[in-house]
Amino acid sequence: MDAIILQILNGLDKGSAYALIALGLTLIFGTLGVVNFAHGALFMIGAFCAVTLQRIFNISYETIDESRTDFLGNPMTVKTPYIEHWFGPEMGGAIIDWSVPLAILFSIPIMISIGFIMERGLIKHFYKRPHADQILVTFGLAIVLQEIIKYFYGANPIPTGAPEVFRGSFDFGVMLGFDPNAIIYPYWRLVYFAFAAVIIGGVFAFLQFTTFGMVVRAGMADRETVQLLGINIDKRFTIMFGIAAAVAGLAGVMYAPINSPNYHMGMDFLVLSFVVVVVGGMGSLPGAVLAGFLLGVLESFASMNEIKSILPGIDQIIIYLVAIIILLTRPRGLMGRKGVMED
Amino acid sequence: MGILEVKNVNKRFGGLQALGDVNLSVAENTVHAIIGPNGAGKSTLLNCLIGKLIPDTGSVMFQGQSVLGRKPYEINQMGISRVFQTPEIFGDLTVLENMMIPIFAKRDGVFRMHALESSHNENEIIDQAEAMLEDLNLQDQRHMHSASMSRGNKRRLEIGMCLAQTPKLLLLDEPTAGMARADTNNTIDLLKQIKDERDITIAIIEHDMHVVFSLAERITVLAQGSPLVEDTPENIKGHPKVREAYLGETAA
Amino acid sequence: MLGLNKRDFSLLLIVAILALCAPFLLNPFPADSAMAQFNAGYPDLMQRFVIFGIFAIGFNILFGLTGYLSFGHAAFLGVGSYSAVWMFKLLSMNVIPAILLSVVVAGLFSLLIGFISLRRSGIYFSILTLAFAQMSFNLAYSVLTPITNGETGLQLTLDDPRILGVSRTEDGSIPVTNFFGLEMRDTYEMIVGPWSFQFNNGYYLCAVLMLLSFYIAIRIFRSPFGMMLRAIKSNNTRMTYTGLNARPYALAAFVISGMYAGLAGGLLASMDPLAGAERMQWTASGEVVLMTILGGAGTLIGPVLGAGFIKYFENIFSKINDSVLHSWFSFMPDGLENLLVTLVHPFVGKGWHLTLGLLFMLVVIFLPGGLVEGGQRIARLFRRKKPDDAKKSTQSTPAE
Repeated sequence: MDAIILQILNGLDKGSAYALIALGLTLIFGTLGVVNFAHGALFMIGAFCAVTLQRIFNISYETIDESRTDFLGNPMTVKTPYIEHWFGPEMGGAIIDWSVPLAILFSIPIMISIGFIMERGLIKHFYKRPHADQILVTFGLAIVLQEIIKYFYGANPIPTGAPEVFRGSFDFGVMLGFDPNAIIYPYWRLVYFAFAAVIIGGVFAFLQFTTFGMVVRAGMADRETVQLLGINIDKRFTIMFGIAAAVAGLAGVMYAPINSPNYHMGMDFLVLSFVVVVVGGMGSLPGAVLAGFLLGVLESFASMNEIKSILPGIDQIIIYLVAIIILLTRPRGLMGRKGVMED
Repeated sequence: MGILEVKNVNKRFGGLQALGDVNLSVAENTVHAIIGPNGAGKSTLLNCLIGKLIPDTGSVMFQGQSVLGRKPYEINQMGISRVFQTPEIFGDLTVLENMMIPIFAKRDGVFRMHALESSHNENEIIDQAEAMLEDLNLQDQRHMHSASMSRGNKRRLEIGMCLAQTPKLLLLDEPTAGMARADTNNTIDLLKQIKDERDITIAIIEHDMHVVFSLAERITVLAQGSPLVEDTPENIKGHPKVREAYLGETAA
Repeated sequence: MLGLNKRDFSLLLIVAILALCAPFLLNPFPADSAMAQFNAGYPDLMQRFVIFGIFAIGFNILFGLTGYLSFGHAAFLGVGSYSAVWMFKLLSMNVIPAILLSVVVAGLFSLLIGFISLRRSGIYFSILTLAFAQMSFNLAYSVLTPITNGETGLQLTLDDPRILGVSRTEDGSIPVTNFFGLEMRDTYEMIVGPWSFQFNNGYYLCAVLMLLSFYIAIRIFRSPFGMMLRAIKSNNTRMTYTGLNARPYALAAFVISGMYAGLAGGLLASMDPLAGAERMQWTASGEVVLMTILGGAGTLIGPVLGAGFIKYFENIFSKINDSVLHSWFSFMPDGLENLLVTLVHPFVGKGWHLTLGLLFMLVVIFLPGGLVEGGQRIARLFRRKKPDDAKKSTQSTPAE
């Protein structure tokens, strides 16, 4: 029992990331009808927002501390971040420590503007072109974006720490009444899951309870009719693209402490996220979220030693295998609407 | 017994009864029109005939064989060709190539791999295709990409491609929809010519009464998914039920 | 000639001449000159030109003709490489059985994957092929290690059986790949004044096979089968309602292109007998997509151009570093020189992929027909200047 719970928990953080990326992909596909291969790159840029903010906070000036000496006997140079200088060591230290959560605020305007520029500058011209062209141009864009990041940040992963309080793990099993050390779970993963739940809930609430969201949902169902009503759907869809970009970015920001960001993390996640979208059902938001968590958990179960000893290598291919089976037996996915891209 | 026999066909979409107990018999070598107001189930019926939809109950027999459960290309191979509302042709191919494909399909069946022969050496096929284009008055455009033809000519080409297969039954789905008057008249003339020259049964779904009354020998009126009347054009014109259900509504 | 019409035959002839004279054409600069870095006439690179040319020609038969965009073709290339290396390990160092096996295995593998993937079309097809390729890649890295040797990659060793050959040569080293005794790595160097030209056995084997592949591709393009494939791309609905079943046609195209990929993989291994899983990764599949689109999908010569273009610039651009840039711009005032170097720097050297990505986007946006369409546009521009030909150019000609 505890082993099962542990695997479910282990699957949740990856599942959260899949769900968030797939949510954005689905929003873009459902609203604009565009297959966006550059969405993984947005996730990656989000993670690098966290890296950037951490670097900005750590910009320091140097002073020479006469009271201390280095091993050669010379006076030691001490680096003090400006933040600590302005806010005092304690407050400043806390700000630096909390740079990843603070990067959420920092990344939202950046991601939304990137989304707007992408949509207005490029994607807009591809609405009427075949899906193959959309895939190709966004694939090109993904390469460009990741190469730009590589140019500025290098090819190596950049460790980005979570705030001090969330580092380390806690014994989750004891809380549920199991033996100590049965379920050890890192704090930050729990934070990530909670964060993902809030974002997903927020997006759904936004679509459900605001007029804006209602129009967008109506547009997703039947674009032409809504346009006939004299509503400017395109403008709203552009905003949705920005929101989708922001969701992917936020997923990336918070993922930075789990996996040190590198320039190709977007591509790695993209392939899987597409599989998630397909399994959930092209154009279905609840489907994307459900499939994201489902596949995350499934992947973590498949990597249990008990399972691997029966089916070697299953952890490597389980997601693809599920996708292939779903596509062949139920092409509209778990929750897709009938007739949407079912061909 | 007609060439096409539709018996007790029902089709529901969720809560909507699209077709209710449709019975229809199309006699061989006639032109049979199916008319009816929007949403009467004309397109649904047509899709049931060509294998795109499968009715919930009932039977569709073509020359004594059931078409239900067969793939669209198999139904086509039985001798039913279809003309679509918007012309479905191979836009990236030349007009001549468009015409060659159905002739290949007629000769070779659903699939044949002749990958290393040159299509320029298929003289027999090319000759047949050119002859058909001659018939259609399209021979001047044979090296054009078919996508760049006028709407009327696309329609002619599509009808010609269907005829090239020498089908027994030709189904036309609003063949003059969205056409200018001149193109409509051309299409009517072409269909009349086909009817006179060939051994062929034509079933036509049409909105334009001018087209229907210039071509049809029998007319079935559909309303709300069920056949209302079936009669000759003369009788249909004066039929009170039809006026009420259809002509009165669209004031054609 | 050879069952081709005049135009196609001259195209084949041009490609043949280019391929056979490549050692001269690609080394136009004297070996010691500053421009020598733009020479591409050395065996390793020339081999890659033609091998990836074969890969792209095959991919184009699927994508260019039927419009099915596969994101998993690298899997067939990888399978081909593994098969060839196994042949070298078990049977003999002759490349012919290795190449034959790689084509057959890749063909069977693509039959399996194609049969399943082609049950869907459009983006679903792309994702299915992508999923299969990633599965193969992941398996090659993990469980299939006994066959693929995992991360290290499959290599020849001194204690391979090699039934029809020797496990080790007399001097105790691993034998080299050969074509009935003709060693693949053997290169004849011709020195003409300051120039040096290299003629490599392996390159010529690849070039001959590339010409054969190209010839078969032309025949397929011009055949009724090719016409049917174009018909699938153009209008699948009409295809069905003409009594044709699109799936066996698409599957045949898929398998043919899979076999081309297998041939390319087998040749890669024949030139350098090792095979690694990274050849199967989806970015490698993306590369062949780039080559085909960049050159011109659906055209005969496009994929060859695209493959050559990408491999050439990959090689050249990667070699340009800051000191090279400084030497180029040294005639300018210092400030301007530094500025230019800074501006160009991100796009060259390690930044080659950035240039490639940008180029690819530009091609998809502005020149969907690739380099071939670009060439046609330029040709038309010149032709329009002569009033006599103006009429002819308005008539659309069938794509090359």
